[in-house]
Amino acid sequence: MSDTRTAAFPNVETTVLGADEIIINMGPQHPSTHGVLRVKLKLDGEKVVDSECIIGYLHRGVEKIAEHRSYQQFAPYVDRMDYVAAVSNGLGYCEAVEKLMGVEAPPRAKVIRTILTELQRIASHLLWLGTHALDIGALTPIFYCFREREEILKIFEKYCGARLTTHAFRIGGLQYEAYDELEKDVERFSKDLEHKIDEYEQLLTENRIWVGRTKGIGVLTAEDAIAMGATGPVLRASGVKWDIRKALPYAAYDQYEFEIPTGKNGDTYDRYLVRMEEMRQSRRICLQAIQNIPAGPIMARIGKVLKPPAGEVYHSIEAPKGELGYYVVSDGSTQPYRVRIRPPSFVNLQAFDLMVRGHLVADVVAIIGTIDIVLGEVDR
Amino acid sequence: MIHSLLEFFEPHLLPLIYALVIVLVLPLVAGYIVLLERKVMADMQVRLGPMRVGPHGLLQPIADAVKLLLKEDIIPENADVWIFWLAPLVSVTAAMLAMAALPFGPAFQIADLNIGLLFILGISSMGIYGIVLGGWSSNSHYSLLGALRSSAQLVSYETAAGMALVSGLLLAGTLSLRQIVEIQQKQGLWFVFLTPVGFFIYLVASVAETNRAPFDLPEAESELVAGYMTEYSGFRWALYFLAEYANMVVVAAIATSVFLGGWLRPLASVRAFDFLDYVPMLLLLLVAGYCFWRTPRQPVRVQQGFLAAVGLLCLLLAAALAAPIFVAPQLKPAVHGGFWFLLKVFCYIYTFMWLRFTFPRYRFDQLMRLGWHFMIPVAIVNVLGVGVALVLERQYGWGLGPALLVTALGTLAVAAWLAWVGERTESPVVGGA
Amino acid sequence: MAPPAGEPRTPAAPAGAAAPPRPPAPPKESPPKPEPLENELVKRLKARFGDAIREAWVDRKQAILVVSTKRLRDIARYLRDEEKFDFLTDVTAVDWPKREQRFDVVLNLYSFRKNERLRLKAHAAEAESVPSVTDVWPTANWLEREVFDMFGIRFEGHPNLKRILLPDEWQGHPLRKDYDILTQDEAWVRENLGIQSGQ
Repeated sequence: MSDTRTAAFPNVETTVLGADEIIINMGPQHPSTHGVLRVKLKLDGEKVVDSECIIGYLHRGVEKIAEHRSYQQFAPYVDRMDYVAAVSNGLGYCEAVEKLMGVEAPPRAKVIRTILTELQRIASHLLWLGTHALDIGALTPIFYCFREREEILKIFEKYCGARLTTHAFRIGGLQYEAYDELEKDVERFSKDLEHKIDEYEQLLTENRIWVGRTKGIGVLTAEDAIAMGATGPVLRASGVKWDIRKALPYAAYDQYEFEIPTGKNGDTYDRYLVRMEEMRQSRRICLQAIQNIPAGPIMARIGKVLKPPAGEVYHSIEAPKGELGYYVVSDGSTQPYRVRIRPPSFVNLQAFDLMVRGHLVADVVAIIGTIDIVLGEVDR
Repeated sequence: MIHSLLEFFEPHLLPLIYALVIVLVLPLVAGYIVLLERKVMADMQVRLGPMRVGPHGLLQPIADAVKLLLKEDIIPENADVWIFWLAPLVSVTAAMLAMAALPFGPAFQIADLNIGLLFILGISSMGIYGIVLGGWSSNSHYSLLGALRSSAQLVSYETAAGMALVSGLLLAGTLSLRQIVEIQQKQGLWFVFLTPVGFFIYLVASVAETNRAPFDLPEAESELVAGYMTEYSGFRWALYFLAEYANMVVVAAIATSVFLGGWLRPLASVRAFDFLDYVPMLLLLLVAGYCFWRTPRQPVRVQQGFLAAVGLLCLLLAAALAAPIFVAPQLKPAVHGGFWFLLKVFCYIYTFMWLRFTFPRYRFDQLMRLGWHFMIPVAIVNVLGVGVALVLERQYGWGLGPALLVTALGTLAVAAWLAWVGERTESPVVGGA
Repeated sequence: MAPPAGEPRTPAAPAGAAAPPRPPAPPKESPPKPEPLENELVKRLKARFGDAIREAWVDRKQAILVVSTKRLRDIARYLRDEEKFDFLTDVTAVDWPKREQRFDVVLNLYSFRKNERLRLKAHAAEAESVPSVTDVWPTANWLEREVFDMFGIRFEGHPNLKRILLPDEWQGHPLRKDYDILTQDEAWVRENLGIQSGQ
C-alpha cells in the first residue's frame, strides 16, 4: 500500500563528501562474520554507504539430499544446519513429518522434547551473547557463557551421547528414555542459571560503553521487520509480540506459562534485552516441565518403514533464531518428494542491508552479531 | 688510541650500561607482561591460561619469542617494501628511546634531562609514524583504516594527556622527572592527591594512547582484523607488539613519576611507617615460599627444577632487598627505590589489564567525542584550576590543600556539566536510515 | 506463457503417482485426506478474482490455494491489504517434471491478526516466468533468488534476480528433479577450484 513498504530497499540518503569511496570486503574469512559470511561494504570514510551480503560458501544442498534419503535417514542432516541449536532443528523436522503422517508423539515424549528444546534455546542464546559481546569488544562474557553452555551440553551428552549434533528426537517420539537424573540435572542447572544471567547483565546491561555501542544501532521498525520477514527475537525486539510457541503451539508448550518479551525500539540493545529475557523464560519453562513429566510410552506406533500418504505439510517451530519451517511434500513413497527448509537466519539476514546503512564499520560487526546468524543454516 | 676512546666513554659508561640493560631486558619484560596479562585474563575468565610451557606457563614468553622468530616473514605483494620494513622499527625505537629519560629509581636513569618530560612526550609520539606508515605501506584497506584511526586517536588523546601532565608540572615547576619526584618527596604528598582530576585524565588518556581496550580501535580485531598490523607477521609483528608493551611501560612510568611519587615509598616522610621498608623483602620471600611449596607438585622433573630456580631467584632478590636494611643502609634509596617504582608501574599496568577485560570497545566517533568534547576541556579547566590554586596560595596566602580542593571541586562541576551537555546533544543515531 | 484457461487442473499428487498407499502401520485415525476448502475467504476471493482462483483445498488442516500465475501479484496484494496476510513466511517451489507446467511456486503466508496460515500456489512451465512479489513483500527478494537459483524459475519484476547460494557462473539448477544428486558443474569446479570433480 504505502510506498515505503513496497520498495525492496528504500534509498537511504547518504552524505558523500566527494571523497573516493572504499570498497571493503569483509569475510568470508574474518574474525567476526560468524563463519563464512562475506559482506561487501562501500565506505565513505568509515560510514557504510552500501552493503551486499554474499552467501553460499557453506552450501551443501541439504534440500537435495533430503530427496534421496528416507524420512528417518534425513533427520540427522537437519542437525547440521543450525549446528548450535541442533535439537531445535530436529524437533521441527520430526514434528513436520509426524504431521504429514497424521501421528502424534506421546505426551511423555512431547514434554521431554520441550525440555531439551528449551535447554537448546538457552545454549544458543548463550553462544550468541558471548560472541556478540566479543564482537563489541567485551572479552570476558564469552567464557562465562561457555561455562553455562557446557552444563547444557553435558545434559545432552548424558541423554543421547552427543553434544552438538545430537539427533535427539525420532519421528514419532524419542529413541531414548530420559536418564534417571534428568530432572535433577535440569533443575540444578535452571536454578543456577538465574544468578548467572544476573552476572552477565551486571557486566553489560548498564555499562555505558555497551549501551552506547548498541542503543540506536541497527534500528528495525515493526513495519520493516514484518516486511523483511524477520522472525524470532529480531521481530520481537521491534515490538511485535509474536512467538510461535504461543501463536501456534507445538510440542507441549500449551501446558506451560511463560511471557513473550518484546522490545520497543528495535535496536541492537533491545534485541539484547529480549534474548536475555528469553533465557529467563526458557528457564521458567524447564522448571515447570520437570515438575510433571507424564509416564507412558515415548514412541508412537509407527512402522519401521515410513510411507506418509501423499500430500504436503508446512510446520514451523520457534527456533532460537526465529521461525524455522519445514515444508515437506510426500508422493507416498519412503523418501520425501521435496523438503523445503525455511531458515530463520537466512531470512533475518536479509534485513542486514536495511539495518546497516549509514552506520560505521564498527556497527557492521555489532549488527551481524545481533541478527544471530549461523552460516550453516543460511547456506544449508 | 684505545685509551683515548676509553677516556671519551668514561663519563658515559654508566648510561651506556643502563641503555644496554634496557635494550636487552625490555623484550623479556614485555614478554612477561604478556604472560602476566594472559594469566590475569584467565583468572578473571574462570580458566587457567597458559600452563604447558614450563611450570604454570612460565616459559611461554620464551616459546612465543622463538616461534615468532622462526616464522615466515610475509611481505604482501604491492606493499611498499622499504617502508614496510622500517615502520615497526620506528615504533620500537621511539618506545625505547623514550625510556632514556625515565628514572627507574634514584640510581637508575640513563640521562637526567632538564626537559625530560618534554623529551619523552615528543619521542613517544614519534611512534605514531611507525603505525601510520606500517598501515599505509601494507596496501590493505584494513591496515589503512587501522592506521588512520590510530593517528586520529593518538593525536587527540595526546592533547588531553599533555594537559593533564601540565597540571603536575605546574605543581612541580620543572620538567626534569628526577626533580619532580624530589619535589614530591619534599612536599610529603604525591601529586595524585593534589590534582586527582589530572591523574584521572592522564590514566584514561594513556589507555587511549597505548591503544589498549576499551580504546583499542586501531587494532580492533573484531572489526579490522588486526588494524595496522593485519599484514605483518613473524618478527616484524613481534616488534609492533614489543613497541606496544614498551609504550605501556613508558606511560606507566610517566604517571608514576609525575603523579604517584616515583620511587618513593608510600608515606616516605612519616617515620612511624618505616616498617613498610620490610615489605619488599617479605613480598619476595612470600613468592619464593610459594614456588618452593609448589615445586614437588610439578609433573615433570624439568619443571620442578625450573620452579625451584624461580624460587631461588626470588630468594636472591629478597636478600638483595634485605641488604640495605641490615647491612648497607647507603644502598637503600637505590635498591628500594627501584622496587617501589616497578611496583607502582606494575599496578598501573594491572589497571590497564583490568579495564581491558571488563569493558566493551568504544566506537570511533564515540571515542573522538569523548576525547574532544570531554577529556580535553576538562583537562584545560583542570590546568586552569591548578593555576588559580597556586595563585591563591602565593598571592593570597591560602593553604595549598584547601585552594586545590576548591578548584578541583570546580573542575568536577565543569566535568559534570560537560557530561550532561554531552548526553543531551549526543546524536541519537550515527546515520541510520 | 500459457493462457490461464489452458492450465491443467492437476491434483496435488504428482501425475503418474498411484492413489496414496496406506502406511504400513496405520495410526488409529484415518490418514489425513485433502478436502475442498469453502470458507468465507475463498468465497470473497472467488467473487473478486473469479477464475484466477483455480483450486482451494485443505490438506492436514492447512489451507491451500492454487491461483493463476498471471494474477499472482494482484492476488498477493489483495491478500496482504484486504485480508491482512501481511507476513510472507516463505517462497519455494516444487518440481513435477511429468506435468505440463512442471513447477509449483509456493508462497506461505501468515496473518498476525487472524493467526492463520495460507499457502498460495502458482503453476509455471519450464520457460514461463512468474510475477515477482518483491514489491508486495520485500522479503521475497532473497527467497525468490533462491528459487531461481535452485529451479531456474524466472521472476518477472524482481530487482536483482541472480544466483544467491551457488556461484554466479554455475550451470544447472540443482533442485530440479532431472538434476542428479551426483551432478556438478564440472567445468566450473575444474576452473575455479583447480580439481577434477569427483565423488
